Amino acid sequence: MSDTLLSFEESLEKFDPAMGLEVHVELNTNTKMFCGCPAVFGGEPNTQTCPTCLGLPGAMPAVNAKAVESAMRIGLALNCEIAEWCRFARKNYFYPDMPKNFQTSQYDEPIAFDGYLDVEIPARSGEGTETFRVDIERAHMEEDTGKSLHVGGATGRIQGADHSLVDYNRAGIPLIEIVTKPIMGSREKAPEIAKAYVAQLRELIVALGVSDARMDQGSIRADVNLSLAPAGSGGLGTRTETKNVNSLRSVERAVRYEMQRHAAILDEGGSILQETRHWQEDSGVTLSGRPKSDADDYRYFPEPDLVPVAPSREWVEELRGTLPELPREKRARLQKEWGFSDLEMRDTVGAGALGLVEETIGAGASPQAARKWWLSDMARRANEKGVDVADLGVAPTDVARVQELVDEGRINDKLARQVFDGLLAGEGTPDEIVAARGLEIVSDDGALGAAVDKAIEANPDVADKIRDGKVAAAGALIGAVMKEMRGQADAGRVRELILERLS
Amino acid sequence: MSESRTSMSDWTRKTGAELADALAAGETTSVELTQAHLDRIAAVEGAIHAFLHVDAAGALAQAAESDARRSDGDLRSPLDGVPIAVKDILTTTGLPTTCGSKILEGWIPPYDATVVTKLKDAGLPILGKTNMDEFAMGSSTEHSAYGPTHNPWDLDRIPGGSGGGSAAAVAAFEAPIALGTDTGGSIRQPGAVTGTVGVKPTYGGISRYGLVAMANSLDQVGPVTRTVLDSALLHEIVGGHDPRDSTSVDPPLPALVEAAPQGATGDRSGVRVGVITELGREASAGSGWQAGVLARFQESLDLLVEAGAEVVEVSCPNFVHALAAYYLIMPSEASSNLAKFDAMRYGLRVVPEGDPSAEDVMRASRDAGFGDEVKRRIILGTYALSSGYYDAYYGQAQKVRTLIGRDFDAAFEQVDVLVSPTAPTTAFKLGEKLDDPVAMYLNDLATIPANLAGVPGISLPSGLADEDGLPAGFQVLAPALADDRLYRVGAALEALLEKKWGGAILDRAPELKGADA
Repeated sequence: MSDTLLSFEESLEKFDPAMGLEVHVELNTNTKMFCGCPAVFGGEPNTQTCPTCLGLPGAMPAVNAKAVESAMRIGLALNCEIAEWCRFARKNYFYPDMPKNFQTSQYDEPIAFDGYLDVEIPARSGEGTETFRVDIERAHMEEDTGKSLHVGGATGRIQGADHSLVDYNRAGIPLIEIVTKPIMGSREKAPEIAKAYVAQLRELIVALGVSDARMDQGSIRADVNLSLAPAGSGGLGTRTETKNVNSLRSVERAVRYEMQRHAAILDEGGSILQETRHWQEDSGVTLSGRPKSDADDYRYFPEPDLVPVAPSREWVEELRGTLPELPREKRARLQKEWGFSDLEMRDTVGAGALGLVEETIGAGASPQAARKWWLSDMARRANEKGVDVADLGVAPTDVARVQELVDEGRINDKLARQVFDGLLAGEGTPDEIVAARGLEIVSDDGALGAAVDKAIEANPDVADKIRDGKVAAAGALIGAVMKEMRGQADAGRVRELILERLS
Repeated sequence: MSESRTSMSDWTRKTGAELADALAAGETTSVELTQAHLDRIAAVEGAIHAFLHVDAAGALAQAAESDARRSDGDLRSPLDGVPIAVKDILTTTGLPTTCGSKILEGWIPPYDATVVTKLKDAGLPILGKTNMDEFAMGSSTEHSAYGPTHNPWDLDRIPGGSGGGSAAAVAAFEAPIALGTDTGGSIRQPGAVTGTVGVKPTYGGISRYGLVAMANSLDQVGPVTRTVLDSALLHEIVGGHDPRDSTSVDPPLPALVEAAPQGATGDRSGVRVGVITELGREASAGSGWQAGVLARFQESLDLLVEAGAEVVEVSCPNFVHALAAYYLIMPSEASSNLAKFDAMRYGLRVVPEGDPSAEDVMRASRDAGFGDEVKRRIILGTYALSSGYYDAYYGQAQKVRTLIGRDFDAAFEQVDVLVSPTAPTTAFKLGEKLDDPVAMYLNDLATIPANLAGVPGISLPSGLADEDGLPAGFQVLAPALADDRLYRVGAALEALLEKKWGGAILDRAPELKGADA
């Protein structure tokens, strides 16, 4: 069954979107939120557990001070107030991968609140960028749940599964949930703003060094709340919450999809069901999950096993002093250092490649070379695979090494692309791939000379033209030699050899 | 044969401190003491049913280790080698921990509660796990899914609850000392009705890590013994800050063991004792307070006055709301704590016929695994926390709690300790209040305020009520962190009463028939 969609343009003619974004950030603390278990990704299922994160009877939580510190730093970087006193609360609901059947979270007393993030988006005029302020409602601390693997059944979802396996390694990993206030007035930029917000929030998290910030591994997860109201009404419609949006690209697509889906329903005079929906990465649609009206009474109350968190103002100021250069400032600095035009910078940021380009330059590549590889070749490949460029699996150090090989004249751009093919196929390091695939450029006169002689013999007419002084015709012979040498000839030397023989 | 049995059972009549002295003097070994108590358990358990699990092999092995250490001169604590019983709500590695519930049948915890670790580190052999009302919900131990415990004073009567097993084990000389837990009186009320001593320490004074929570903000582990000194000895062993329990307090405990003999032998003049109006004079006018209990209370008070204490009446006006507040806060926390018992990972699992969903399995397992009182409190608590009712119930109860704390603060401005009868009546008959939950709840009227405010309390025997010849309890409450006052005043009264009686109250308990069988 597929949803009816209104065109994006028509949706905007008739309705105004309002968005609310909830982003969960998994912290990279050494240990979990409330116990001493390692908080690292991976590991054999259920090997990083203890009585506390398994929720065994009698076990008790104790707060990870490092996680509180990370939460405060995120709050400060988002221009939030830091609570002088706050508590954890129990959010009560049943789910098999939640060991205690309540989640220890924060309710009406978040650690950070009332902030904002200024998001840069391409200007409506088409020139340069403009800033859109996203107001932050709150950032609070909580623990992650375990992970269910539903076995059997076609979809991998719980419906229709034969049985489910639960891995509690993730249970209790510290999470910070960052919730925006309703984002109004974004109009046709809504999908773009949603993506830019998550991308720039991610950059901020990376700059703070508090999370691995890998969307593909779920260390940053976004939920998209969206509603439409009649254009110009200034009201708020019924919202849906789309979960499982695990890439920047999907954030944009999910917003766009839900706008068009809502618009089609409302346009027909229907009403929106308030519900949780799930983004389908492969088909690019959202599917209905669980109706929200299904008694979402979490019966919050303050967690009696924990004492309140009361960060001293001295601590807050000390942490404020540790904030890194903020991404916006950093972007301005880098653009100047790299000599990028506004358009080049905008495309780099828009492709989610800023950090990659920076690391590639850091590994020795020139700014233009780094930009070229990431924005042309890598962006195309990522697009083909339907992943974010950061999740492609090519490391900035590899790109820098490939460019170095080009600079040394050992390969050319065309061969470099074959090296990237090899990298994506997991064939080893760039040097190993060049060796294994035999990609190195041949500049040895013996081998080249034979190929040149063969080309002259095969193309007597062209050879005559060159002998007559039409040097431009040499291109055709060079092409023939390159073909013969499978692209691995040093083109400059080939030209020299041709002219030597035919002058 | 009969001679050896007599000498063995003699050891079971001794207090923890006396056993420690005998070990130190080389008069006995920990193995001998432990075996004597295991024999006593074997002899009387049929009548009492104080234990859910007896770990003879484990206890004897720990005893042998203690004896070996002693011969090397390496003693871990003043009670090294003295056996102990532990309430079945505290987790024990390798030993079942059921909390008196079917839902935890067969669960063997992979970890020790911090207090259990401390007992092991201190060299106390653990005899076994004692019976209790399911998840500590009750005042009679009749809500145990494994059958009630019987009061050694009268086998047709309740031993109090929820910790009736620990109190009865100590009163029946099956264990010299025991650990209990007290959420609304579960140590003190069983102490009162079995003629034993029970202490609920300051909230946070003893780690709760490994105590399967009923109501986290009220629960506290504490000693169950036959003398005030034994409670102090045990309290010092298990007390202190635990990084695994954030609510455990940092300041070191005041010297408790010293306080007991000071109170027993020192000058008692000038101690200011406050009688709580709402739990004394006013209470006597109301229904439900047994005359014999009040008479013994007054007599104890007179003894303290004779010894030089100043007695004044102190009003704590908000105590009248304590029971109502307690029965909102406790079930609210309990409803959330008990959610984890979903049959997915441990304990009972009931799989209904057909093709049941995970939810069906949870429902069937919880239905079969929880008793009526537990279900009652889950429903109460779930309701009290529901959106729309939270402010009126849970929120309001928390305000009452604050007011009760202020009543205590104001009272302790005037007096050093507050006193009341521990429970309104002596032990009632098994089955008498099972169908009337509110009548059962009223038993904890005098003990609940201390839990709500986090202050420490002790119950010690005040004598036998005239009507039924059964023990009554005298409660002493002190300000938070001033647990030493419980021991000072408690030991003083204990000494005065024993002098008057010419011995310990349990000397007057009837011989258990089972013991001779």
